[in-house]
Amino acid sequence: MSDIAIRIEGLAKHYRLGEKEPYLALRDVLPRGLRTVSQLLGKRTASAEPNSRDIWALRDISLDIAQGDVIGIIGRNGAGKSTLLKILARVTRPTRGFAEVRGRLGTLLEVGTGFHQELTGRENIFLSGAILGMSKADIRRRFDEIVAFSEVDSFLDTPIKHYSTGMLMRLAFAVAAHLETEILLIDEVLAVGDTLFQKKCLERVGEVAQQGRTALFVSHSMAAVAALCRRGILLEHGRVQAVGPIANVMNQYLSADDGTAETINLPPQTQHQGSGEVRVTAIDLKDRLGHACRHFEYGDDLCFDISIEYRHPSPPLHCSVDIRTLLGVPVLHLYSMDDPTWAPVKVESNSLVRCVLSNCDLYPGTYLVSVWLGPSPSRGTELVRDILQFHVDQGSLRRRGFDMTWSHGLVHRDSSWAVLAESTAAQSQVPQLASHLQGL
Amino acid sequence: MDQAGAATKEKSVDSRTQVGAPPVFRITPPKGWFDLDLRELWKSRELLYFFVWREIKIRYKQTAIGAAWAVLQPLLTMAVFTLFFGRLAKMPSDGLPYPLFYYCALLPWMYFATSLQNATNVIVDQQRVITKVFFPRLVLPLAAVAAPLLDFAISFGLLAVIMVYYGTYPSISLLLLPFFVILAIVTALGIGLWLSALNAIYRDFRYVVPFLVQFWMFASPVAYPSSLVPEKWRWLYGINPMAGVIEGFRWTLTGSGNPPSSLLVASSATVLLLTVGGTLYFQKMESVIADVV
Repeated sequence: MSDIAIRIEGLAKHYRLGEKEPYLALRDVLPRGLRTVSQLLGKRTASAEPNSRDIWALRDISLDIAQGDVIGIIGRNGAGKSTLLKILARVTRPTRGFAEVRGRLGTLLEVGTGFHQELTGRENIFLSGAILGMSKADIRRRFDEIVAFSEVDSFLDTPIKHYSTGMLMRLAFAVAAHLETEILLIDEVLAVGDTLFQKKCLERVGEVAQQGRTALFVSHSMAAVAALCRRGILLEHGRVQAVGPIANVMNQYLSADDGTAETINLPPQTQHQGSGEVRVTAIDLKDRLGHACRHFEYGDDLCFDISIEYRHPSPPLHCSVDIRTLLGVPVLHLYSMDDPTWAPVKVESNSLVRCVLSNCDLYPGTYLVSVWLGPSPSRGTELVRDILQFHVDQGSLRRRGFDMTWSHGLVHRDSSWAVLAESTAAQSQVPQLASHLQGL
Repeated sequence: MDQAGAATKEKSVDSRTQVGAPPVFRITPPKGWFDLDLRELWKSRELLYFFVWREIKIRYKQTAIGAAWAVLQPLLTMAVFTLFFGRLAKMPSDGLPYPLFYYCALLPWMYFATSLQNATNVIVDQQRVITKVFFPRLVLPLAAVAAPLLDFAISFGLLAVIMVYYGTYPSISLLLLPFFVILAIVTALGIGLWLSALNAIYRDFRYVVPFLVQFWMFASPVAYPSSLVPEKWRWLYGINPMAGVIEGFRWTLTGSGNPPSSLLVASSATVLLLTVGGTLYFQKMESVIADVV
């Protein structure tokens, strides 16, 4: 599978700031009219002075994307992720350079592209399908599959303005999910809808990956990128900063984030799950001295301060802090009930809860933190997923001259070792295990 | 293009599972003046059909009286023109009954005006789609001028009724009618291309369009016959392509008036220029539209 699906060379995209504004108006442009006329006549001379408001959204991107690769494109806002996808999708044109795309390319840059409120579900399937590049015959052939996937079959002939948001999302994604192109571009589509829907979408995108199709995936959800992609591209200020296995690229991206963010205040639109009697409003991650910290060393103490907002009466609550790797693998489940001195949070007013993980023995890497609250393990009152990231560095382990990565393990424990037998002097010098342990 | 390079590369991957090598497309910066991929446009004909179909569906779903509107609009306008321009202002009508005289002109005119309105807004209305998916953008103005053809056809049916009522029957010149219908469509497309591109880039352009359409109507022989214009200026008058179209409709349908010969030459030439220019301008704008809308 080493064939190149997309070859990008020297790709650059330039915006004048004015072009990124919502629109131009004649009243702004008419004064510039004379200049425009002279430009149209091909005389770009003195008037083309360098403009300080020029923006290079992409600068000199060169990449080869192999067939069958599922690639996550990560980077901060404005790093050029979406511009790159838009150029590959041919929505906008590059300023310099070129890209060669081998095979048909489908885009999933938005859920519900081309939907119209007045049309029925059935009509919208055909319309959206056609806009996304399917032929009428394709859509007919896959129509039943699309309907089954969307689960809106009983409302097929109802105008979609009467649909619930969930139904609309499912229908829209169903159409897009049945594109049969060799290459798929996916941008943030998974950011919408409920958890169940997101899970379904993720599974579907995962299937695409299994079929050996090439996919480029932009998302701010590190967990989604990690779960889906094998390789990653890190963009920064319009340049490629790193290419490689997804875990490496992510680590580079996240460690570039300098850890200045002290308290994570959850924005109001954060996805909360649970019955909602309380809300987690902020999380502080501190080191053993009480300083806000995101970068720890192996063996450090981690201290999570969780601010809880009281909303409605509820039975007393237990808490848990769940730590997962970027790839979504659960590592630690820190549960308040495990502490015999724990007294449940009384839900009467706002409270602050502290969870301390001493002697952090996680392997070096970046981890995601989720917080859960509930009266019993089976009942969740509040759950916020992946709201915080922290990094663990080798620290004291480095001295052992061994690079620890997730390919070796996730949790590091010191262990006791001894040679119990050597063939020549059998059984004469067996060390006492107990005394060895005491010596530690 | 890159065909040569791509072809040699494909040789080495021939053993792949796919039947035949997958097509290679090269994405490049916009090139010069003429960058029109007609093959791609042709491949998008199904999409064009869907856009037209959607336009028509929505229009008939949104208006309570649906198809009746296609008939009522020209009919009511005809009544008003007959009363004011005809009975009161005593405008000459080349010997035709006023209702027929006006209806013959309103038929292409209404199509033209609706098409312009559609085309002006089509890019802006579809901006969400444009910024998310690629397809040849030309499909949009094409759909904008194609959709009103249904209304045109319906109101054409009414014309037959009016003609029977007045006992006016077309002569052999009726055979030339398709030519004038095509001229009307191409005119609408030619202007529509300009308007849709201009409105995409200058968002306040849409306020100019209703005035433009109104002025244009008075510059066209809708409410009066072009015979009012002195013969020696007739060719100049023909620079307005709708003058040729409207006179052509009256002539082929009722046999009255003169075959708009000198007028027609000027009209056809203008339309050709407008459409070619419009296509080029639209193409040029196409490459920046996604960045602007």
